[in-house]
Amino acid sequence: MIEARDLHRAFGGVAAIDGVSLAVARHEIVAIIGPNGAGKSTLFNLLTGHLKPDSGRVLLGGRDVTGVAPHKLCALGLGRSFQRTNIFPKLTVFENVQAALIAQRGHGRNLWARAENVFRDEAMALLADVNLVDKAALVGATLSYGNQKQLELALALAGQPAVLLLDEPTAGMSAVETRASLALLGRIAAQRGLTLLFTEHDMEVVFAIAHRIGVLHQGRLIALGSPEAIRADAQVRQVYLGQAMA
Amino acid sequence: MLEPSFLLGQVLSGLTAAMFLFVVASGLSLVFGVLRVLNFAHGSFYMVGAYLAWQTTQWVGAATGSFWLAVLVAACGVALLGGLIERLLLRHLYGKEDLYQLLLTYALVLILGDGARMLWGTQQLAVSRPPELAGSFHWFGATVPHYNLFIIVLGPLIAAGCWALLHRTGAGRMIRAAALDREMLAALGADVGRLYTLMFMAGSFLAGLGGALVTPVRSIVPGMDVEIIVEAFIVVVIGGLGSFWGTFVGALIFGQVLAFGILVLPGFSIFAVFALMALVLVVRPAGLFARPLS
Amino acid sequence: MSAFARVPWAVIVWLVLVTVPWWGSRFTTFLATEIVILALFALSLNLLLGTTGLVSFGHAAYFGIGAYVCAILMKSHSVPFPIAFATAGLGSGAVAALFGFFCVRSTRIYFAMLTLAFAQIVWAVCFKWNAVTGGEQGLSNVPYPELGWMDVLPLLEGLRVADRYFLVVLVLAGACAIALRRIAASPFGRVLTAIRENPERAEFVGLDVRRYQLAAFTLAGSFAGFAGALFGLFNRGVFPDFAYWSKSAEVLIMAILGGIGAFWGPAVGAAALVLLNHQITSLTRYWPMVLGIVLIVLLFVFPGGIAGALGSLRSRWRRAP
Repeated sequence: MIEARDLHRAFGGVAAIDGVSLAVARHEIVAIIGPNGAGKSTLFNLLTGHLKPDSGRVLLGGRDVTGVAPHKLCALGLGRSFQRTNIFPKLTVFENVQAALIAQRGHGRNLWARAENVFRDEAMALLADVNLVDKAALVGATLSYGNQKQLELALALAGQPAVLLLDEPTAGMSAVETRASLALLGRIAAQRGLTLLFTEHDMEVVFAIAHRIGVLHQGRLIALGSPEAIRADAQVRQVYLGQAMA
Repeated sequence: MLEPSFLLGQVLSGLTAAMFLFVVASGLSLVFGVLRVLNFAHGSFYMVGAYLAWQTTQWVGAATGSFWLAVLVAACGVALLGGLIERLLLRHLYGKEDLYQLLLTYALVLILGDGARMLWGTQQLAVSRPPELAGSFHWFGATVPHYNLFIIVLGPLIAAGCWALLHRTGAGRMIRAAALDREMLAALGADVGRLYTLMFMAGSFLAGLGGALVTPVRSIVPGMDVEIIVEAFIVVVIGGLGSFWGTFVGALIFGQVLAFGILVLPGFSIFAVFALMALVLVVRPAGLFARPLS
Repeated sequence: MSAFARVPWAVIVWLVLVTVPWWGSRFTTFLATEIVILALFALSLNLLLGTTGLVSFGHAAYFGIGAYVCAILMKSHSVPFPIAFATAGLGSGAVAALFGFFCVRSTRIYFAMLTLAFAQIVWAVCFKWNAVTGGEQGLSNVPYPELGWMDVLPLLEGLRVADRYFLVVLVLAGACAIALRRIAASPFGRVLTAIRENPERAEFVGLDVRRYQLAAFTLAGSFAGFAGALFGLFNRGVFPDFAYWSKSAEVLIMAILGGIGAFWGPAVGAAALVLLNHQITSLTRYWPMVLGIVLIVLLFVFPGGIAGALGSLRSRWRRAP
């Protein structure tokens, strides 16, 4: 469904991504883990069109989309959430989602209609999906961190993506929030038949829902396989020396 | 028309214009590099420098060295003005969005411009060249004023001096560190506030210096503040904001395009520069030598 | 929406203004015409500033272009007003599209300075192109539109030309303002606010940010052109300083003074600044300095402008027992 073929990207002589190849099948949930600085964000930026690779290709649904601009990738069925919450701060929760829907449906060219009730039903449905209906009238910036992440997810889902890229979806969350967030993600992925690719630090999250795990270290994928295989992999143990893995 | 004397004259005129611009634009680039503030009032500082220089020559009369004294007084005066502005006004806006700072400098342009009009009126003023540099060479049939040559030589000297300061001294290292990560520097105990004030004063000094030095070549008029800031900005766009050598090269390119633009569109040579800027914007929006800002 | 907000203030103000020719003095009509036109100018800027979050230092360029196009067409080519007016808006919109293409490739500070740079070019053209724009002297004796047809309507026959023109301005500016309001409240406007709030995120919900910014820039320029056309005729003359950067500064301060967060804020700011101008110029000629001081006060004390100050005052009243 989404595939990276031998991607290379260097910054000022330092290779941030050094020959990464990864193929995620439809409906699969794949997690990318790795220590800080391993290149997870760079990989994501390459996949989502924020960065152009020095060499290598990105394919979405079989189509070559290397170097395609982010907003076009959105239209092709790619959704993304960001590590630091990236919402529209001064708009209300409802307006946030509405804006995303307007953008996705190509309605942004309409200069005449009144925007207040455009896509109201769809917006509320999305908010229901992420458990934010009761907060619809609140201004984005006033939401708690966890709620902002939920809103972030709603924005990513507004485009009815086939593939969802999530950059550390549970970063900064407590254990309780993480479990709730996981459950939400799992439900939505199953409901909508999404293909999910996410990066994470939290091992519990990863082992709980990922079908396959890829381990990124210094710009290279040193392992890629089922959770059990990764757990047993010696090289991965070495990289994560000191971290509880059992 | 393309005789060597004409060409030489144009090239040199372009170089002179470039060096004036460089002195001014380098101050702008410096302040932006360290404080992340694009000081729109930088052109006003240039103008104040010119007026101060003129005023000093009025007070001192035609004594020997009066021109150089005027230049010194002007540059230092403007540096002082810059320091006051930074301490009293700009400092309070650092925490806010950078747009606030830009708008503050915008307000300063209005105030300083009218202030100058209040103090010195609207007629054109001029300062004569220092007697030491009043003559001119005659090379290949072209007339090359000594003063212009002096400016052409001064530009690279200032560039080299600034570069040496930034790359070869402890103070310079601090400045470069502040440009990259101000929070870290503060955490290390450096007095970032004082550094900012000093850098702002240094940038203002350069603006005032440029303004004072330009007085024998161009007349002092209201409106010179906005004219120069737009030109300095174009230089910085072409060369890349925050890049010192970029500013130098940008100024050189600007000067030559301006000088030879006269051949294509007499009276509208400024359009040639704009066309160049537009081209750079399309091809390399960050400037020719830009370093990626975080 | 609170009770205050439900009252259609704009409509009421407009209706009151319509009656001015019958009870006001010549000066009242003069002042009202100036305020209405500059209010439109400020509202056009706010499509960029308040709605899309783009600070333009060169908005007066489009004001100037509109003024020159309309005046030149009417004075030198005897083009009837409606056509000249429409062409003015189209012309300034076209130039805005051209300049905007380059400006939106940069962000924030760069963008602001670029708009200034391009505006200076427009000013330079107006200043130097003697043959077409009259150069430094500008164009004087710009004719009023043909308003004889107003004799036909009852109530309007006795009015002086200036009063009739005021009514024309009121209708046209009102229509433009309504259009701007519709645009700001449309899905397109919603997209613009999303872009303002978070351009990166906006890209990631599928928006071609640059294209929308360019569209906003072009629309803002067109409406500024309409305002300029009206102003040139009002002023009976068009001069290069219509496009000078200080005019851009003035309209920017009008918008900020009135409050860029509320749709009608800039209109209020325009009224306030025009009234202040008339008071101040009888005392001193240093209007730009006053402008600068107003801006500094706004920055440090009232960042939300008049509308913002009113808003926080109201919420403080509501909180008090």
